Amino acid sequence: MASAEEIARAADRKDIRDRWLLSAPALIIILVAATGPLLIVLVYSFLTSAAYGGVEWKFSPEAWVSVFLERDIFDDTLSLADANITIFWRSIKLALMTTVVTLALGFPTAYFMATRSEKTRDLWLFLITIPFWTNLLIRTFAVLQIIRNEGIINTLLMKAGIISAPIQILFTDTAILIGMAYVYLPLMVLPIYASMEKLDFRLVEAGYDLYASRWQVLRRIILPLVKPGVIAGSILVFIPAIGAYVTPSILGGGKNMMISNFIELQFGQAHNWPLGSALAITVMVIVMIALLVYVRNTGAASGERRG
Amino acid sequence: MPEKPDRNAIEVRGVRKVFGTGENAVAALATVSVSIRENEFFTLLGPSGCGKTTLLRLIAGFDYPSAGEILLYGDDIAPQPPFRRPVNTVFQSYALFPHMTVAENIGFGLEMLNKPKAEVKARVAEMLRLVRMEQLANRRTSQISGGQQQRVALARALAPQPKVLLLDEPLSALDYKLRKDMQIELKRLQGETGITFIFVTHDQEEALTMSDRIAVMSAGRILQVGAPRDIYDRPADRFVADFIGESNFLKGDVTGTDGGRATVKLSSGTEIRASLPEGFSPSGSVTVVVRPEHAQLAAADGGAALQGTVENVVYLGTDTHFHLRLDDGVPFIVRRQNARGGADSFAAGSRAGVVIGGDAAQVLRD
Ligand SMILES: Nc1ncnc2c1ncn2[C@@H]1O[C@H](COP(=O)(O)OP(=O)(O)O)[C@@H](O)[C@H]1O
Ligand SMILES: [Mg+2]
Repeated sequence: MASAEEIARAADRKDIRDRWLLSAPALIIILVAATGPLLIVLVYSFLTSAAYGGVEWKFSPEAWVSVFLERDIFDDTLSLADANITIFWRSIKLALMTTVVTLALGFPTAYFMATRSEKTRDLWLFLITIPFWTNLLIRTFAVLQIIRNEGIINTLLMKAGIISAPIQILFTDTAILIGMAYVYLPLMVLPIYASMEKLDFRLVEAGYDLYASRWQVLRRIILPLVKPGVIAGSILVFIPAIGAYVTPSILGGGKNMMISNFIELQFGQAHNWPLGSALAITVMVIVMIALLVYVRNTGAASGERRG
Repeated sequence: MPEKPDRNAIEVRGVRKVFGTGENAVAALATVSVSIRENEFFTLLGPSGCGKTTLLRLIAGFDYPSAGEILLYGDDIAPQPPFRRPVNTVFQSYALFPHMTVAENIGFGLEMLNKPKAEVKARVAEMLRLVRMEQLANRRTSQISGGQQQRVALARALAPQPKVLLLDEPLSALDYKLRKDMQIELKRLQGETGITFIFVTHDQEEALTMSDRIAVMSAGRILQVGAPRDIYDRPADRFVADFIGESNFLKGDVTGTDGGRATVKLSSGTEIRASLPEGFSPSGSVTVVVRPEHAQLAAADGGAALQGTVENVVYLGTDTHFHLRLDDGVPFIVRRQNARGGADSFAAGSRAGVVIGGDAAQVLRD
């Protein structure tokens, strides 16, 4: 006869087996949909490019070399690939600036929404999410209409006599920044609002009661308590911003490429799939490092001291 | 300003507070005036929704009065935001900062006042000692019990040495035993710090045991201000008499007044003497209040003011309650302190007379 212990162990084994079976579909999807394509990209980055797109199955480190370096076509000497580095730097800089701008605009917005009465809050939430329902291209073209030389901004400024000739905003980094800040703002507002809504505003009153000025209440009480929302919002904005494609290609006008446009170029006109693959992986690594650094630092500065 | 023994710490002058506008307007306070003396343990007592928190929030500066002014040691504090007022609050919900330790919570106010680090540290240690929380200085506020949170809230509000401490039902979330302990503790702290306390409660017993003076509130008004004894012995109106302690109400007609007292002919036909509220000289029909322990039982038909039948006898250990039905149908309770080995002289169903002593009855204002 089986002892109670054996039965329990058998049940445990069955349990574990069942759990594996149940999670098998999820595992397959993760493997096929996420890991598979990534592996293909990784493999391609070590192959030789074929003349008219695609790859030849011959190992070559060439793509990885030319991510940051440039081979002189005459004497084969290597030098830093200034153009590539500029594009990387512009992407990182614009993604960071977008994060900062959306945070600066989104935080007060979320605060405003969270301090409204319960009924009006839903209305504000609804208004904030409306842009999500509109096609990205259309939203980007709307921004283009506003900032182009004959657009609203320049027309108004000229009518008011503040400027005599239109300011060139379109096809500059500023244009990309404006476009991305507009497109990604809801991604910043929503997670901050979610944290802010849970904030006990009596703590804010307690802060004022204990002689904290508005600024000190914000820094010492509100910010530490809504930090999870700020972190989530920053990540949600930074990641798509660094890989943005549509906004920079329309508002940057092809001159001011961001990394995605550059990668697209490799798979298109430049017929250099291995380089495109290597660039894509580089971006991923940059994002991962940036996230690690960010989460580490914000976590440490949060007053998570324990006695 | 020369030191006067009875300086007013807070003066509330004709303060009104209306929330909302138009049809939704709620008058939380309907023109309230009251003075709170320096070093006083002052209590706002009233049922839920009568405007106690509203008045406290106006003094703290979280809301602004719709009309009237609030003076702190003679200065109008209306233009000052809460973080400039030398007034601290112990919140009903405690409102401790969850991302700080006990010690950080207590030191917060001093830190915001830019006190030197060493001073903050010393003062926090002193406060921890005062509320007996030294051992838990580095705990998170979520890791301590409700009673301990209460002490931290108190220490946090006392640490910056405010001129006035506001306490909004600070004990209501505690269980009975802890509440009793904290009542004594609060009295001790008030005595040791010499800070003016404005204490809010809806518990009449708490108000009577702790306060130097009480303001009884109802529906946005202050009905009576006085020492606990005054309020209990001389309730100004029916609401106060009803809200604080137990009361017997008798109807009658004033047949004459002299020097703060009136002769009232009760509906049963007997005449009794009753005290009058200050500045009130009624004529015609009035209501008289008699506390259950201020009346005595006597033999029936023995010339007592009132006659009736004992309906119920409730033995409560320290005393016994006799529930009577007077001959004109009015209920009346007499409370008698029990002596050891005393016999139950009036059993349920028996006839009894009620004697109302010379100073037992009080005429109500309405
Ligand atoms: N912010 C507010 N908006 C609208 N009405 C309020 C507000 N605060 C209090 N009130 C109303 O004012 C009255 C008094 O409230 P409150 O001062 O909190 O009473 P208490 O503290 O005595 O229980 C209540 O009727 C309450 O509904
Ligand atoms: Mg209240």
